[in-house]
Amino acid sequence: MTASFMILAVLTVAGTVSAMGLRNAVHCVLALALSFAGIAMLYLQLGAQFVGFTQILVYVGAVAILAVFAIMMTHNDKPMALPDSHAAWVAGCVVAVAVFAVLTRAIVSSTTAVQIQTQTVAPQPGVTVQQIGDALLHRFVVPLEIMGVLLTAALIGAVVIAMDRREEMK
Amino acid sequence: MTCLALWMPQLDQIFVTASHWLLSYLPAALQPLASAILSVAAIIVAFATLFALTTLLERKGLGRMQNRYGPNRVGPCGLFQPLADGVKSLTKEDIVPIRADRAVHFMAPVLLVAASFMGYAVLPIGRNMIMVDMNAGVLFFFAVGSLMELAVFMAGWSSRSKYSLLGAMRAIAQMISYEVPLVLASIVVLMQAGSLSTVSIVNMQASYSGIWPHWFVFTPWGFAGFVLFMIAATAESNRSPFDLPEGESEIIAGYYTEYSGFKFALFFLGEYIGMFATSGMAITLFLGGWSAPFSFLAWVPSYLWFFAKLLTIIAIFIWVRGTLPRLRMDQLMNLAWQFMLPMTLFNLIIAGVWHFMPGGLLRWLVCSTMVVVPCILFGGGLKRKKKFQIRTYHFSQ
Amino acid sequence: MVGEGILKGLAETARNFFGSYVSKDRLTTVQYPEQREPQIEATRDFPFLVYDGADWQQGMRCVACQICEKECPPKCIYIDKSKDKKPDAFGKSQFYPATFNIDISVCMSCQICVEVCPFDAIKMDVDYHLSSDNRFGGLMLNKQRLSKSNEYYNAIHPTEAAAVDAQRAEEKAKLDAKAKAAADAKAAADAKAAAESSLAQFAPNQSAAGDPQ
Repeated sequence: MTASFMILAVLTVAGTVSAMGLRNAVHCVLALALSFAGIAMLYLQLGAQFVGFTQILVYVGAVAILAVFAIMMTHNDKPMALPDSHAAWVAGCVVAVAVFAVLTRAIVSSTTAVQIQTQTVAPQPGVTVQQIGDALLHRFVVPLEIMGVLLTAALIGAVVIAMDRREEMK
Repeated sequence: MTCLALWMPQLDQIFVTASHWLLSYLPAALQPLASAILSVAAIIVAFATLFALTTLLERKGLGRMQNRYGPNRVGPCGLFQPLADGVKSLTKEDIVPIRADRAVHFMAPVLLVAASFMGYAVLPIGRNMIMVDMNAGVLFFFAVGSLMELAVFMAGWSSRSKYSLLGAMRAIAQMISYEVPLVLASIVVLMQAGSLSTVSIVNMQASYSGIWPHWFVFTPWGFAGFVLFMIAATAESNRSPFDLPEGESEIIAGYYTEYSGFKFALFFLGEYIGMFATSGMAITLFLGGWSAPFSFLAWVPSYLWFFAKLLTIIAIFIWVRGTLPRLRMDQLMNLAWQFMLPMTLFNLIIAGVWHFMPGGLLRWLVCSTMVVVPCILFGGGLKRKKKFQIRTYHFSQ
Repeated sequence: MVGEGILKGLAETARNFFGSYVSKDRLTTVQYPEQREPQIEATRDFPFLVYDGADWQQGMRCVACQICEKECPPKCIYIDKSKDKKPDAFGKSQFYPATFNIDISVCMSCQICVEVCPFDAIKMDVDYHLSSDNRFGGLMLNKQRLSKSNEYYNAIHPTEAAAVDAQRAEEKAKLDAKAKAAADAKAAADAKAAAESSLAQFAPNQSAAGDPQ
């Protein structure tokens, strides 16, 4: 529980809460981008350089831009109205508490969490990019190829949809 | 001559020794923080001065190419023109449109400048002169570069004006499209170097065989990669001929139409600093970083070679800006997706072939052919005439 | 070849850049206002009034015929005729303009006033440094400001002024010749009249002188 962890944790949680609570859609997306950046810095603090930088590159640089494009295309200037009914609030709170309970149990009872609680030494960057690359191409090569196929299918699907719409417009 | 040979290594490391001497006056606990602050201050001072110099060189260079003088009134040969520009931008009224989103409008230039300056943390400016030697330095650089797109969106959206929004959409589309060839063009270097750390990439290129250096640009895949990287870098920093999002004759000023005074100057600064950072990365990846071009010139301090190469690349940027007309949006996109992306993917194959073939003339011939032929084919594909259809107008009912 | 156009363009720009340091026609800028571009002789900006000799009021060629005022398309010339007359360069006594104002914010430099003037009194100037910070009359030029000497006219439009001067000299010569001829005839008639009157004077003397004989 170092000072830097507290600051980053507060930043991330504040970003996420603002993303849910702000009225303006664009402000919500920017707050979400801030929380992504906070998570990336938490990864860096743990010594996982590759994951941290990829988090920034992918989430802030691509996913946030995607959300932003969606808002730009739909031109949602009006602030979103809050839900009126009481039942929706209660159901939402129940689901959120349930998910939080499951996640906390999973994290606390995992093996690495127990190790960090008992040790006080700062974590060394024991995993280099080279090791990640080796693991991806030796041990996890099948998931890698499946993800590649999935991404290619998504890309081709997007192109097909866009092309269809353009031919319809002619 | 011998005393020069004795002094040169000291001169090469003069900044390193100076910073160690300064830090020795501080207690050991404060030294990492102080060292970081010192490096940050040095980077900001050096590259902001280079920015001021570049604005002047650009105006004078463009002027000479267009048969006119550049600014030559404000000092001898116009040397104080950047000072005059700075004073002007500081004293202008800061206008924020009444419908604009004030907080986001303010944050956009700040984010742009911060993201641009962060890229310098992994550039080795001289021997042992890097701010943070990260294991995944190149990845950090590209991650930080992708923050600039968010800043551009913030600027365009928060101004609540149609020119700004259109400019922002075009700028983001352009920056995202060219980020793919940018990263792919640098992957060939990572394949060859086997590491993401910029220091080890430069160290690999800093050796000589005879008088010729081992720079990656002197190989077929390295040359193709360098050219593609520079084209993508020009597009990433919205410079001519890719400056449609900010072209004055097209869209007023695009996403920074509604900015005035110092915020406008910050956008300008952020763009140029981003351009220098990307050029610095190109120098690190392809042009051997701080190493000298010939082995008999290795006595010149390493940081001087870095800045000499940076100034050469800036001169080439200015030269290209003065020569080429602006690309239209669809031409820009076609270039990115139909020429640069296939070429960079081909380049990966060529680099692989180079790695596995035994060294010699055959390797050169095969790889050079593999570079030139797709370039001509893809380039010819770009020049294919577009079939224009009869324009139908859709009027609103 | 792919990319040939770009390379040719880059070569041209580089030639411009390095050539601008060596040759004059690759750097055509003139450092205004210290240097000026030379103007051609037929340059015209705004009109001015020509005067001969040293005194601008006495030597002014304008006789206030008001033809230029009537012919001016945007009506920017304002003339008030004088009540008295003064002699012009040919000796004839003419009216002169008491006020002659041209509003150069209206004048469109069409040169019609110059073309219709029968007295070569108004010509086109080549001076363009006429800006003023007084918006309510700074651009209305009065008679004194408009009057410039014939030497100045010769300096700015040499061939035109030489032709005008030659024509005026010719006219003056013709007038002089006519005056001389008239003076000669008058002198001859005077002499003849004087001779006749002297003869007539002698005749009664002769009859008086004939008696004492």
